Amino acid sequence: MIEKQKDALVLGDTEFKSRLFTGTGKFASRDFITPMLEASQSQMITVALRRVDSSEKGDNILDYIPKSVTLLPNTSGARTAQEAVRIARIAREAGCGNFIKIEVITDMQYLLPHNHETLLATEILAKEGFVVLPYMMPDITVAKQLYDAGAAAVMPLGSPIGTNRGLEMKPMIKMIIETSKIPVVVDAGIGRPSQAAEAMEMGADAVLVNTAIATSKDPILAGKAFAYAVKAGRMAYLSSMADEKNKASASSPLTGFLRK
Amino acid sequence: MSFMNVVKQFEDFDFDAYFSSVTLSDIQQSLRRDHLEPYDLLNLLSELAQDVLEEMAQKAQQVTQQYFGRTIGMYAPLYISDYCSNHCTYCGFNCASDAKRLKLSIDQIEQEARVISDMGIRHILVLTGEAPAQTPMSYLKETVEVLKKYFSSIGIEMFPMDEDAYRQLKNAGVDSLTVYQETYDQKIYKQVHLKGKKADYQYRLLTPERGAKAGFRSVNIGPLFGLGEPGPEAFLAGLHAKYLEQTFPDVEVSLSLPRMTKAAGGIAPRYTLSDRRFVQFILAWRLFIPRLGISVSTRESAQFRDRLLNLGVTRYSAGSKTDVGGYALKDQEATPQFEVTDIRSVDEVSQMIRKNGFQPVFKDWEIF
Repeated sequence: MIEKQKDALVLGDTEFKSRLFTGTGKFASRDFITPMLEASQSQMITVALRRVDSSEKGDNILDYIPKSVTLLPNTSGARTAQEAVRIARIAREAGCGNFIKIEVITDMQYLLPHNHETLLATEILAKEGFVVLPYMMPDITVAKQLYDAGAAAVMPLGSPIGTNRGLEMKPMIKMIIETSKIPVVVDAGIGRPSQAAEAMEMGADAVLVNTAIATSKDPILAGKAFAYAVKAGRMAYLSSMADEKNKASASSPLTGFLRK
Repeated sequence: MSFMNVVKQFEDFDFDAYFSSVTLSDIQQSLRRDHLEPYDLLNLLSELAQDVLEEMAQKAQQVTQQYFGRTIGMYAPLYISDYCSNHCTYCGFNCASDAKRLKLSIDQIEQEARVISDMGIRHILVLTGEAPAQTPMSYLKETVEVLKKYFSSIGIEMFPMDEDAYRQLKNAGVDSLTVYQETYDQKIYKQVHLKGKKADYQYRLLTPERGAKAGFRSVNIGPLFGLGEPGPEAFLAGLHAKYLEQTFPDVEVSLSLPRMTKAAGGIAPRYTLSDRRFVQFILAWRLFIPRLGISVSTRESAQFRDRLLNLGVTRYSAGSKTDVGGYALKDQEATPQFEVTDIRSVDEVSQMIRKNGFQPVFKDWEIF
């Protein structure tokens, strides 16, 4: 899955050098979006189609995103697979490209994704040629089904959206990383750069961070901090750092003198 | 099971006794909890809780930003008809009033829509009085058809309907429903709704549930402060919102706090809600239901609305006209339903929001 020499992330036909995906929601001002993208070097940004106003007089959020950054429209607001499919098609017609983040949420209290509807939408949209990135509850069986359905990556949540609680689902995500044949992007709940680094060290292929950047006092600096963290985590992963151990292990082993 | 069961549970509840028994340590305990129970809401709504208003505000602001970021959703009302067969003693539109009645034609609705859309508004709230004969389903559907050309979200605040009528409107393109209970106090409700379909407390109370079942994605409710005792009203409204959120987890629930002022229509409110209590209610609701939308209309003054931004609100109307034909049809001489206090334009309100470090969000829905 990972070519160490080049180490680029490929989704669809697009190669990404940056493994930090960002979002457009929750900013105090849209004017932060362009400099944040520059500072974080993020090459993929998600935008809710429901917030895209392409009418002549509207303030179009897409105008704040440089052409070099790949748009990842999302289906926020969808409560069923059918709704997600309709939103995805509207996004493509509106010129948002071929990528789609499927977000089907039927629980407004906790904002957790509905895996079954997400899977159904993935099947349909992958067949229609979309590069499908489904946002999901970390479930190893569903991750496999999403792969079979044609997803380009899976996006398990670290913890509920906006909670900044980090990798509460760590053991489950780890299993997905260990078994997935497609990239794994940890989405939602990452509140600090250290948590992003942790996800990357664990072998996640990318992370998506929005709330933590958008609601910080200085979103530009926060974007930069996350960029460093993601890079550091990735390098740590590629360097195959030794695993954590439960007991101390001596740097001068006791049996080292016994030559083979 | 419906919210009527919850109302019945509290029918004989002695709110005064409870509120006067609340201690500061009860309040602080409620304030520390992550998940609040109904009695926590009561504690935070007590008069005594005003002593910890700042602590409530700090926590409420943090919770609001976690879920909504620094954004404020924008909308405007569109009154299309003020015919009304209800007799609400506190309303200038009531059937006993000899105010001239107006109903817009579909062409006139389009003229209004064009002007509102040019102001930048993308979320529209359509209002009528309760006179289904004047505004039949066919007329409402035609209205929605026209509005779809100009707006990306259509909400309605009309007379309560049955589930099937709501489903028809949902399929036509309406996505959200606003209906105010006016008062949760059944005795007062009877006294102020003298006749018309609105005299049926339970039918009105269960309206949001019918709307949610019909598939609206968002439901906005609230009491009209001034009719019943504010504390219990805020409590039952909070429980109502929570009930809807838990019963219909896929529906976005929001609360509003319209309040009667002495000036409105010459009808004096039984209870006045002070600014301080108003803010306390917003904060208590926010802590009780972290994901709750909270709307504040132009009934409130510009200065007050500027300050509310940091206190948990999520939606503002702006540039509002509350009379039929008020945007484009200047010569109609219609009666406004309530006097707009914040008379600033959409641009001016947006500028104020930006200046305070928030993003006004005009489009946050797509009719699909």
